[in-house]
Amino acid sequence: MSDADSSAAASPLSAAAAPGAALAEDWAPTATRERLVQRARLISEVRTFFAEREVLEVETPVLGQAGSTDVGLASLSLTAQLPGERERVPLWLQTSPEFHMKRLLAAGSGPIFQIARAFRDGEVSRRHNPEFCMLEWYRPGMCLEALMTETCELIRRVMALGAQLTGKPSLLSESQDAQIGPAITPYRALFRRVLALDPFTASLEELRAACARECEVAADDWSHETCLDALMSLVIEPTLGSGSQGAEAQGAGAQGRGAQGIEAQGKATVELVTEYPAAQAALARKHQDSEGDWVASRFEAYVAGIELANGYDELTDASEQAARFAEDNAARVAQGLPEVAADQRLVAALQAGMPAGSGVALGLDRLIMLALGERDISAVIAFPASRA
Amino acid sequence: MANYSTNEFKSGLKVMLDNDPCAIVDNELVKPGKGQAFNRVKLRNLKTGRVWERTFKSGESIEAADVMEVDMEYLYTDGEMWHFMRTDGSFEQYAVDGKALGDTVKWLKEQVVYTITLWNDNAIAVTAPNFIELEVVETDPGLKGDTANGGSKPATLSSGAVVRVPLFINQGEVLKVDTRSAEYVSRA
Repeated sequence: MSDADSSAAASPLSAAAAPGAALAEDWAPTATRERLVQRARLISEVRTFFAEREVLEVETPVLGQAGSTDVGLASLSLTAQLPGERERVPLWLQTSPEFHMKRLLAAGSGPIFQIARAFRDGEVSRRHNPEFCMLEWYRPGMCLEALMTETCELIRRVMALGAQLTGKPSLLSESQDAQIGPAITPYRALFRRVLALDPFTASLEELRAACARECEVAADDWSHETCLDALMSLVIEPTLGSGSQGAEAQGAGAQGRGAQGIEAQGKATVELVTEYPAAQAALARKHQDSEGDWVASRFEAYVAGIELANGYDELTDASEQAARFAEDNAARVAQGLPEVAADQRLVAALQAGMPAGSGVALGLDRLIMLALGERDISAVIAFPASRA
Repeated sequence: MANYSTNEFKSGLKVMLDNDPCAIVDNELVKPGKGQAFNRVKLRNLKTGRVWERTFKSGESIEAADVMEVDMEYLYTDGEMWHFMRTDGSFEQYAVDGKALGDTVKWLKEQVVYTITLWNDNAIAVTAPNFIELEVVETDPGLKGDTANGGSKPATLSSGAVVRVPLFINQGEVLKVDTRSAEYVSRA
């Protein structure tokens, strides 16, 4: 890690305590002009990609009267004076443009994409900024498999242009999915491959033991869900799309983690994970997998151990959508988290009828970071939260 | 004692882990798009100096450690304990045992100021200043004329440390030494 990396990683955390002297230097952007020029070029390439496919660019509000109920997401909110209201009205900053875009789909927009600002409270790291750039697109009538292929095409196109702009070799291996299509692994097969356990049948004790062994944690009181999330995020994820599989990836726990990222130059792949446990369906449909378990019709894309995109065969059933909002808010109350106003207009839009199809959200700052060979998103963002 | 939530974690924060005081060295948020967030944390055990890696569920809290780093002047040893005195004007004295002193024992010199790590007001570690001046008490005789980058030889210093020095250094000379790397810097 270079000095620039370590200072950028530390700055968001130490900003509050920073002495006055440091503030004098904080006015400057964290990204160089060269990176900002390249970023603009890559974003323009994304627009070209969708123009070629006749996907319409749209813009929707970042502030809404409803928010995301997802238990894993913390929303930022504020109040505003709206006409005809005595009290100030709470509004939420979107965690993704999903709900408004689905309402456009229900109104007959056809295929749409958006490069949107999204906000997630508390998310600060080398790969997170509380305010970030999300690329989200919807393909009515397209099956999830076709969207997976399209997602890979977009990632490869942006990565290739990034390599060309910087003159650095691309992270991605040339040969991989150009001929054989993207590498797709079901969630269950991943756990078997990396941890030699089945996430659908393993007991809570087995999962906790695996967490304690692989992640240096005291997991005695962790839930089934927390254990799966920990094993996925901390043990499996760093191996995904890194070009190392099977035996190499196995046991890549605490010691192997350092190997993720840029070291994978020329070897990384776009790796897709599918068939998540039904409890992690979020807004995806569910189906039964080949072993008869209910799984989410959902995929995630990884490059060099970094999560880039999350796609769904979109839930179109209004009553199921309303039920999932209610479940989320019940889980929020149980965990002592604030309830979030569920989007009744989305439920109404689904009732009116949203065409079946698939959609995906991609962290554009992260893709640009990878494409330009950077290790910290602050190198491709003008002003991260610590300097905003 | 207070608790710190993972949200408050930053490097330098002193916390209790497995009943030992630790300092956070590095804190990384691991947060998937969907699901639970975790903090992967590197901590240095302040008693042993060893670095541990631990993962916490974001939002968990751990106990704060009552740890202070205080400047103290080295006074003397009674053969069993080493005695230091605060330099803040209180003249308060602390006795440090060999375990807390560790390797720093070979860099001790009277009237030099050291950093003492106090946990619940007990000394658990002693850090020498980065540079210290010490007299050579034993080394092979110096070679005249050899002042350039030649070979080196071992020299025993008044504190007991042995460092490699240039061939021209003589017994009785006072040297500036880097205590972190145990390397000769220059003649004092």
